[in-house]
Amino acid sequence: MQHNVNWLQALLVLSLSVTLGWTVEVQRPRGVPLTKRQFYDEAKPFTCLDGSRTIPFDRVNDDYCDCKDGSDEPGTAACPNGSFHCTNAGYRPTFIPSSRINDGICDCCDGTDEYNSGASCQNTCKELGRKEREALQKLAEITKEGFLLKQQLIEEAKKGQQEKQSRLSELQDSRKGHEDKVEALRTVKETAEQPEKEAKERHLKAWEEHKAALRLEKEKAKMAEVFLELDDNADGFVDVSELQTHQELDPDGDGTLTDTEAQGLLGGAHKVDSTEFMNMWSNMKEKYVSEVCPPTPSSYDSSHDEQKDSTSDKDQERDLDKDPDSVYPEDDLDEDAAGEDDEDDDDDDDHQVSLLFCIATPFIQPHHIFLSQQYICVCVYQRQYKIFMYTLSTVSSVCERERWCLLCNAALLPFSFRALEKEISFDFGPSSEFAYLYSQCYELTTNEYIYRLCPFNRVSQKPKYGGSETSLGSWGSWSGPEDNKYSVMKYEHGMGCWQGPNRSTTVKLTCGKETAVVSTSEPSRCEYLMEFTTPAVCLEPPNIDTQVHDEF
Amino acid sequence: MSCLLAVWLAVVLSGIQAVDRSNFKTCIQSSFCKRMRDVVPGHSPYRALLETLELSNTRLTLQLINDNNKVRLLLELYRLQGNMTRLKINELKPLRPRFEVPDVLIADPPTEPLSLVSQDEGGVVLSLGADARHLVVSARPFRLDIVEGPHVLLSVNSRGLLAFEHQRPRKDTSSENDSEEVEAEEDAEDQNYEKEEDQADMWEETFKSHTDSKPNGPTAISMDFSLPGVEHVYGIPEHAENLRLKTTDGHDPYRLYNLDVFQYELYNPMALYGSVPVLLSHSTQRTMGIFWLNAAETWVDISSKAAENTDSVQAPSKVAQTDVRWISESGIIDVFIMLGPKPTDVFAQYASLTGTQSFPPLFALGYHQCRWNYKDQEDVRSVDQGFDDHDIPYDFIWLDIEHADGKRYFTWDPAHFSQPREMLQGLVDKRRKMVAIVDPHIKVDSGYRVHKEIRSKNLYVKNKDGGDYEGWCWPGTSGYPDFTNPEMRSWWASMFAYDQYEGSMENLYIWNDMNEPSVFNGPEVTMHKDALHGSWEHRDIHNLYGLYVQMATADGLIQRSGGVERPFVLARAFFAGSQRYGAVWTGDNAAEWSHLKISIPMCLSLGLVGISFCGADVGGFFKSPSSELLVRWYQTGAYQPFFRAHAHLDTPRREPWLFGPENTALIREAVRQRYALLPYWYLLFYKAHGTGQPVMRPLWVEYPEDVTTFTIDDEYLLGRDLLVHPVTDEGSKEVTVYLPGTGGVWYDAFTFQRHEGGQNLYVPVTMSSIPVFQRGGSIIPRKNRIRRSSSCMEKDPYTLYVALSPQGTAEGELYIDDGHTFNYEQKKQFVHRRFIFADSTLSSSNISPDSQFSTASWVERVLILGAHKPSSVTLKTSGGSVASLEFDFDEATSVLTVHKPGVNAGADWTLLFQW
Repeated sequence: MQHNVNWLQALLVLSLSVTLGWTVEVQRPRGVPLTKRQFYDEAKPFTCLDGSRTIPFDRVNDDYCDCKDGSDEPGTAACPNGSFHCTNAGYRPTFIPSSRINDGICDCCDGTDEYNSGASCQNTCKELGRKEREALQKLAEITKEGFLLKQQLIEEAKKGQQEKQSRLSELQDSRKGHEDKVEALRTVKETAEQPEKEAKERHLKAWEEHKAALRLEKEKAKMAEVFLELDDNADGFVDVSELQTHQELDPDGDGTLTDTEAQGLLGGAHKVDSTEFMNMWSNMKEKYVSEVCPPTPSSYDSSHDEQKDSTSDKDQERDLDKDPDSVYPEDDLDEDAAGEDDEDDDDDDDHQVSLLFCIATPFIQPHHIFLSQQYICVCVYQRQYKIFMYTLSTVSSVCERERWCLLCNAALLPFSFRALEKEISFDFGPSSEFAYLYSQCYELTTNEYIYRLCPFNRVSQKPKYGGSETSLGSWGSWSGPEDNKYSVMKYEHGMGCWQGPNRSTTVKLTCGKETAVVSTSEPSRCEYLMEFTTPAVCLEPPNIDTQVHDEF
Repeated sequence: MSCLLAVWLAVVLSGIQAVDRSNFKTCIQSSFCKRMRDVVPGHSPYRALLETLELSNTRLTLQLINDNNKVRLLLELYRLQGNMTRLKINELKPLRPRFEVPDVLIADPPTEPLSLVSQDEGGVVLSLGADARHLVVSARPFRLDIVEGPHVLLSVNSRGLLAFEHQRPRKDTSSENDSEEVEAEEDAEDQNYEKEEDQADMWEETFKSHTDSKPNGPTAISMDFSLPGVEHVYGIPEHAENLRLKTTDGHDPYRLYNLDVFQYELYNPMALYGSVPVLLSHSTQRTMGIFWLNAAETWVDISSKAAENTDSVQAPSKVAQTDVRWISESGIIDVFIMLGPKPTDVFAQYASLTGTQSFPPLFALGYHQCRWNYKDQEDVRSVDQGFDDHDIPYDFIWLDIEHADGKRYFTWDPAHFSQPREMLQGLVDKRRKMVAIVDPHIKVDSGYRVHKEIRSKNLYVKNKDGGDYEGWCWPGTSGYPDFTNPEMRSWWASMFAYDQYEGSMENLYIWNDMNEPSVFNGPEVTMHKDALHGSWEHRDIHNLYGLYVQMATADGLIQRSGGVERPFVLARAFFAGSQRYGAVWTGDNAAEWSHLKISIPMCLSLGLVGISFCGADVGGFFKSPSSELLVRWYQTGAYQPFFRAHAHLDTPRREPWLFGPENTALIREAVRQRYALLPYWYLLFYKAHGTGQPVMRPLWVEYPEDVTTFTIDDEYLLGRDLLVHPVTDEGSKEVTVYLPGTGGVWYDAFTFQRHEGGQNLYVPVTMSSIPVFQRGGSIIPRKNRIRRSSSCMEKDPYTLYVALSPQGTAEGELYIDDGHTFNYEQKKQFVHRRFIFADSTLSSSNISPDSQFSTASWVERVLILGAHKPSSVTLKTSGGSVASLEFDFDEATSVLTVHKPGVNAGADWTLLFQW
């Protein structure tokens, strides 16, 4: 009968394998791996490998499935769940599903799966083995070099991490100091400026009517500030010695403000609180000169400790008190920007901000009639590659500029702090080997587009010949499989697709000497796939030689 | 795909559907429909002029006169072989010839003699042969009745709705005196005539921004048919509708006008992509069919009532009656009345007129993987590999419009499909195939060969002014080849030759989409009715266009192989006769449970009118299915004739392995069940091709006297022997399956549990359940070695599933051929076996002794369901050898498994059971 494969012949096949130049012959039923050879003893009845049944041995590979686990038909397609072992001498041995035996398609490189289908299969194992060895060798080289690079990266990351930590604690300290001072200023000012705020909301005419009252309030505020300025030790009292720092108050004009004179100015008391000070103020205000401008600090930190309280225009303080968003109306130091909705922010938010310079220039504000000469103060910052400025109006004297720059810088602290904190909090891999990718961007140009990957930040796509950039996603998470989490990055919530999902990008990391985007594709609508090489994923090369393992 | 320009919105308000049909006409917006529908039942103005009666051996002619306008019509009556009557009505003296649909009937239907039984001044009675069947022609008013004994089977014009808009000169432009015209003579006498002329929209009508110039004026026709005793009518696809048609009183008639409908709505009478003007009636007494052969826009009204029973001499009683009215915009009245009486008779009758389902290559019955669009060759390769990696069989991967260079069909995108032969060879190596789309709109581009040649041969459809008709479609401005022209079809067919269609190979097959035709900027997203196909208006041929496209493509595929290979062509638009050219699908559905559910009645309705090779996009075209819906759709699709997954460009990818291992396993199992049953599917298609019996059948077709089955459309039969009740509800925990056939039994196709027929069976379901039952008394062959593709399974052995009837008998068939050529037909190279189990003997015998084919397949195993334990099983082969076979018996399920008879599937053999 036609179907009857000469199974007796098929039962015992000669397996030839060549390794290290010697040849062996091992007899076993077709499709059985060497490791299971002992279960197929032609002299004995065959017991299904799951133990479910025992059958005469001539029913092994007889093209009828007897065992539930398919073990009686390792060399035929009779069992739905069986598998066939390809020896593939010269290449890797493998198992294929039984359904691929004699289906007319060559699956094993040694062609042993097609013994009765009419398909003529070439033995391609040697060629495949050679190619694979070459590829493996190449890969091994890359891995080796890549792994060395990785070690360096880890070292650098360690150093960087330490630097960042210490900078963070510095920042934490200065931030604390800054916050205290701003808090103090705020308390004073809040009491002072409330009436003005309310009044300003009214019509200009009404504003005029209240002008006098406001002047008084202004005076009060001024007084409050002076108090604060005088209260050098911030104990809530202005005492004689503190007053003596202002020699201009000397009532008798001899150039020295003696203890007695000072005590006299304080109404005979050795020290006064702010309420009492209010009564004394009228005696002093004509003469009082605000404390001199401190020397321009090169950075906030270096000057912070010497910083003395001084009088200041309340407009300045008000601006300082605002939340950072409104302090920097033109820039993107957005508290919430970190990788969330506003795409343009992302690039810069993670970078520290530094103050380049401050200038002050005369400025007349026509409507603020009660303020005389004004200066416009411009603070210029740099953040990564971006220069931006914050314009501050109504500074009342050039000397205040100095102080302003100081305060501007102080106001920047939270951003530097947050950026640093964020950077430190990132999961840069088990040994921070991915830290070097932070703040970097890598591009790949295809026929139509320029793709840009900024690791831990965002992925974007821009038409090569003009057109706007499209976000393909912002940093989401590491999302490799459990055992290899750091092999895949996921960027999510990119620009929405018409009638579709928001764009997202999966970045697959492979070991390479270079750090580069090597390919991009869009396997599904609006779901992008990027291949990225980096030494950071290179595994330690095994010590033993990577040789293709031949079966015996 | 669908025309994205068309927008279709629906609002459901307190149970009433308020539909914004902004892009598609209602009856009222289609002037002829409105005019015809305004004719109300009553006394017909038509009278038969008996003195004009002429009776030849094969036909009767008789003039009819409209007493209102004195216009005369010519009636022709034929008695056709196979219990059919044909009735034709045309103008006696038309100003111009009226269109008569060509190329749909496979031949001039053979006639049988009509003989006069009696005649008086009231009319004539003609004999329709046996069973005291008569055709009664009443003269005043004109009316036809087909009677059998005392029973009226069907009446024509009994409600007086015959209307025939005769052609006439246009009053405002014509000054000639056509004195020879009948109506001109009577003009002065008849006031109604004047009134008729005054009706609006007769010579021009505007819908939205489109004006239809109607140079021939009004040409509509209408006719009513009454079906006493009938409560259930079916057919007239394509509509997104239940199997049983609803009455149309109070709302729009069912419309037949091939249209590209964007995101179609369910359960309404709107026209869809295809039209088959065939209506079936069924009662416990009789099944009949009405085939209205007209390719113009058509509307069908259905109403029902309880009528006086005038059949018998006994006291009158009320009986149900269904009335049907057909309305078409042009052409003639040409009706075939198929008198059954059994469902199988109606299928055979209709098949004798329009042909049967083409016999597809076996692999076309496998699973098809499609998506708009596989992006490039690498994508194709990796999807192909994905099927192997996940051990899911498939036969075809499809390329949608993006594969071509700028939607210039017959070309390949140079960036993404630069090496089509390499790609196709990769599939050949896996014994798989590909389908590429070739749509019938041709990019107007002087650098595009297809366009240049069609233009230079002057084979494009013309606009009303005689220039090439142009419309927008996928490629932008496009021309539309005039497929009604045989020269065009033959040129088109020649384009599929391997040296013409560059990059094509033997394993490349074709998909014709958009063949309604779809014209994005045309009225109702289709062609202007005043466009010209030679001397005929598009109005006359519209519903036929799609058929011609598929016909020409299928011819091309046959020709490229030298007439050897069977073609496979999928089309979206179709007409009566399209079954001869390939497969159809239900168009651009959506990933919704309701769309899954309606795929059943939609394909059942098509099967009833000859088109068996039907399927719906698995997963739903628009939107994105949940994994549950996708799995259920695979499970359903695996048991529908055309099994293809498809998805819109904008949807996320949904290859079967993208929904987690559990769902991958569920989908794999559904597809594997399909492949195991391919021998049965192939047999069903072979029989459909031979006899016209549908592959997928409503229950009533096999249980015509069981009224319970008449409205069932959530389950169906495949052939006679498999009953399928797919799970089509989200979160289902159970389904209620109606098992027909009191006294019979059914076996669960997987657990082999036995159930009594004639009951509602409560079946608990899990995600892996596909409720399928095998009829007791049947034998079904399966191939249980599931491989990568159907071609890989060619030589595999069969397992026979013998499901015993309560009487302990069973019967089944097996058909085998080479799977892809016409040799089965031309050289009788096939195996067709009959298996009979009776008297403790299972035997295989040859049904077709004059056939010859040698198959490598053999019989691996025999399962007897509902058996008891035998003492021995003996195999006797034709050579006289006798062998005892091993067997297992499972007490719990009463399944007897006979091991390895090992006989060739084409051989005679007998299994003897000793109990």
